[in-house]
Amino acid sequence: MLAKRIIPCLDIKNGQTVKGTNFVNLRSAGDPVELGKSYSEQGADELVYLDITASYEGRKTFTELVRRVAAEISIPFTVGGGINELSDVDRLLNAGADKVSVNSAALRHPDLVNEITSRFGSQVCVVAIDAKYTDEKGWRCYVKGGREETTWDLFEWAKEVCDRGAGEILFTSMNHDGVKEGFANDALCRLSDTLSIPVIASGGAGKMEHFRDTFIHGKSDAALAASVFHFGEISIPDLKHYLKGEGINVRL
Amino acid sequence: MNVAIVKYNAGNIQSVINALKRLGVEPQLSDDPEVLLKSDRVLFPGQGEAGTTMSYLRAHHLDTVIPSLRQPVLGICVGMQLMCRYSEENDTDCLGIFPTEVKRFQPTAHEQKVPQMGWNTIERLKSPLFRHIDDGEFVYFIHSYYVPENTYGIATTDYITPYCSALHKDNFYATQFHPEKSGRIGEQILKNFLEIETTCE
Repeated sequence: MLAKRIIPCLDIKNGQTVKGTNFVNLRSAGDPVELGKSYSEQGADELVYLDITASYEGRKTFTELVRRVAAEISIPFTVGGGINELSDVDRLLNAGADKVSVNSAALRHPDLVNEITSRFGSQVCVVAIDAKYTDEKGWRCYVKGGREETTWDLFEWAKEVCDRGAGEILFTSMNHDGVKEGFANDALCRLSDTLSIPVIASGGAGKMEHFRDTFIHGKSDAALAASVFHFGEISIPDLKHYLKGEGINVRL
Repeated sequence: MNVAIVKYNAGNIQSVINALKRLGVEPQLSDDPEVLLKSDRVLFPGQGEAGTTMSYLRAHHLDTVIPSLRQPVLGICVGMQLMCRYSEENDTDCLGIFPTEVKRFQPTAHEQKVPQMGWNTIERLKSPLFRHIDDGEFVYFIHSYYVPENTYGIATTDYITPYCSALHKDNFYATQFHPEKSGRIGEQILKNFLEIETTCE
């Protein structure tokens, strides 16, 4: 049986790992290659590296980092952040990334999803969606790292990119991110029930129970977290043993 | 040891090169029949679509070279599917090394997503390719097409249906999963392949 996946996420700025709380207040958390290797050895199923640098120089540093990660790490990894056009995808896949995640650029130019999947295949294209729930508007998609609201509804946008060939959805709830009180399981469950592609839960991990709940109640295929792993609050081997004990199929 | 990787229009070959380098091997990427014929080991990896990759192989005469190889050959993912007789993907005649067909997964429930993407177990292992590896270990898969169970199977995986996740016939080995992306277990499988004894023919 296919295992549920645990995915540590590393936010990268100027070649170093950082993690924000509610998308601000960045704290440093170590060397990205060493950290990724350590996660891989502890049993992480995949890794995500997100480039949060804006400058051209930063992009070059990040591409070089992707090359080092590909050379040293033997599990699949996704890279994202600042992917605006097909040439960015080409550059990162050539550097050795297995998948790319697109976010704001896809909302600005939805055809980018079709372009990526027809050129490189659906399996390389992860669409990351940052969304926030309010009583007036429901779940709305945001761009620019959560700074700018769009007119897209979360579920409509997710369906749209699925129809355009996306391979996976990485959904981050801005309401839950950094709060450590669990994932947005109602929205995740609705995504899983309506989409024919895997859904990765992101935002809200604080305790091991939160992972169990997102796999059971959120029907998530994978769960992504950053700070609980970076700061040693949850160890991946402990988490996986716990999940197995709760009857969830994980890779041990 | 000279290790060659078949160069063709398939993606994700860099990760196989990286995995071999981690094992201390400098592979040579080539579509030159002379280079492939003379190597001690040949890897035939890849992601891609059966029809366009077969067209490329035919155009470069690799469709006759690959089946004629006598040293140990390892096909990976689409490489394995191309080594079969026929693929349902775009109704494609393949290399015919393994006399079996490649079929598309037919999901019977919403949870059964296609492609299968992620970690699944390999069972009923029977080959030197799996030396030091126990039944039930997890390896990494991404695929929409599969090889039904047949007499050349050396590993079984269950996704929607039990199917062959590795094949062996004479000097030809193949895995549906990606050993180059399967952590410690995958490294052991690649190491085993490099160490497989060549049979006298």
